[in-house]
Amino acid sequence: MSAPAASPRAFALGRRRFRDQVGDSTLFGLTGGASFAAVGLVGLLVYELFHQSWPAIEEFGLGFITSHAWDPVKNEFGALDFIWGTLYTSALAVLLAAPLSIAIGLFLSELAPRGVRGIVGALVEMLAAIPSVVIGLWGVFIVGPFIHDHLAPFLDRTLGWTPFFSGGVPAAGNTLLTAVIVLTIMIIPITASISRELFLTVPEELEQGSLALGMTRWEMVRGVVLPYTRGGVVAAVILGLGRAIGEAIAVTQVIGGLLGIHISLFESGDTLASRIAAQYQGAATDIQVASLVYLALILLAISLITNFIAQLIVRRFEFQRVGGD
Amino acid sequence: MSGTRDSGYSLRPTAQLRRRKLVNLAMEGIGAAAALVGVAVLGLVVWAVAKRGAAALNKDFFTDVPATFGETGGGIANSIVGSIVIVLVATAFAMPFGVLVGIYLNEIAGQRVTRLVSLVLDVLNGLPAIVIGIFVYGLLVIGSGHAAWKASFALAIIMLPLVARSTQEVLRLVPEALREGSTALGVARWRTTVGVVMPTVLGGILTGATLAVARAAGETAPLLFTCSVTTSQVSWQPTEALQSIPLTIFQFLESPNPDDHAKAWAASLVLMTFVLVLSLLSKALLARSRRKLSR
Repeated sequence: MSAPAASPRAFALGRRRFRDQVGDSTLFGLTGGASFAAVGLVGLLVYELFHQSWPAIEEFGLGFITSHAWDPVKNEFGALDFIWGTLYTSALAVLLAAPLSIAIGLFLSELAPRGVRGIVGALVEMLAAIPSVVIGLWGVFIVGPFIHDHLAPFLDRTLGWTPFFSGGVPAAGNTLLTAVIVLTIMIIPITASISRELFLTVPEELEQGSLALGMTRWEMVRGVVLPYTRGGVVAAVILGLGRAIGEAIAVTQVIGGLLGIHISLFESGDTLASRIAAQYQGAATDIQVASLVYLALILLAISLITNFIAQLIVRRFEFQRVGGD
Repeated sequence: MSGTRDSGYSLRPTAQLRRRKLVNLAMEGIGAAAALVGVAVLGLVVWAVAKRGAAALNKDFFTDVPATFGETGGGIANSIVGSIVIVLVATAFAMPFGVLVGIYLNEIAGQRVTRLVSLVLDVLNGLPAIVIGIFVYGLLVIGSGHAAWKASFALAIIMLPLVARSTQEVLRLVPEALREGSTALGVARWRTTVGVVMPTVLGGILTGATLAVARAAGETAPLLFTCSVTTSQVSWQPTEALQSIPLTIFQFLESPNPDDHAKAWAASLVLMTFVLVLSLLSKALLARSRRKLSR
């Protein structure tokens, strides 16, 4: 009696176990495969850039990095001017954006009345959502003329004696200064929203405790919030720097696209990303294409380094906090 | 009070306290001013685009293809359709892929693998869009020409880390008790994941995807290399090279014709409105689903 009743049940159980085994391994396989593919994608990307730029690497070697030349007619190419343009504009943009963004982050997390926080926070994040091509368009037609007509003459009068604003008022709005301002605007929302999130992780007890001891809000920020989040803030600034380094479209539109290494922000220049965007379609020879990809490879290396540093700081910082809890 | 005792017990603020309060006030003022600058910049950009864009906006702009060179009039219907196709196909690539990676990271992988893959995702997220464009150019475009689906592939690479990370983030909010309860009832891992965990986070995943779409729709650099040799015909075929809104703005901008500049502003207005509405919507939804989950 019991034997015939048990066997279909055992059979059903066995079928279910089989189905679960298939289901589990499918789930593991699919998700694991996707993750493995994502990691592989980055590897493939690095390989592909090396592969495409190989003619230029063979031709110019590492000397490419320290060479000024960019002459499609003579087929001489070098990256130094663009590396300078990239690092110079990005560093200045970060210098301008970092204090502003940290102040915005503090305002949104610690200082502002609660009702204001949500609205202003959403507005700042909206700035991050505006496509870079739109910011570039705005940079060309609004910021460029404004710099040419008002800001540059003013800076020339007041700060013309410094190397940063030497050489007289530029003839057009397409200058390093325009690029720096456009980049600053693009970095601010990123760094500001990351640092706001960071400041919100400071334990409430610490903040309340310091206020209870009679600190003013600013003293609480300086004595508790900033020391607690120091590493994270540095990482947020570096992430902003990464964005500035890699921005191509908006910079291409406003920087002028000329060779040369200039300190003066009234000059035109070019960055790695913007040179690639500007010349890729018009590239006449294979060696020029390869050289442009070589530029991309250098850009990749710079952005990987900045990214890694930022991630390392963020991760170490997370562990510290977890360990301290 | 100060009559009987020394002035150390006075309720009047000392000079030092007054100074501290002044510093505090100044710093709060600086914070507010910085936030004001941020909001003002947004206002300036939106105002400029809205004012100049609206002037060139009319019905033809949405329904016509571009006028031939030198003529005025015409629209960007081909770009609008092209952008829709490119972004839709990119979403179709990135969504399943990203969600699978997110599930793997939160539900299956061990801590060390999770850390490695998250690092790779963060690196991918930080890569310049133009580098991704060149990568896809070398991988797919060389030898066979531009096509919309290749642009979609490049955009999908940009979307992937966003989708995966937002999936991972909402999965993290699912109470462990839900998984344990399901496992205690003898339900297999895959059924728990597919039948119990995933339905609770579906909303969160979709809103994360919306945010990724908003980001991808505005990208220009990858399109330059993968889908910029185009015709002005309206087409829904992902296998053809389709024009797109960001690229149209970029190209109109470089044109010497002032009429094209006006169109660039109008196209910017269309793109910006789309992107801002989408990202606002997804943020609102995300906040809602987060509230629901963490309750």
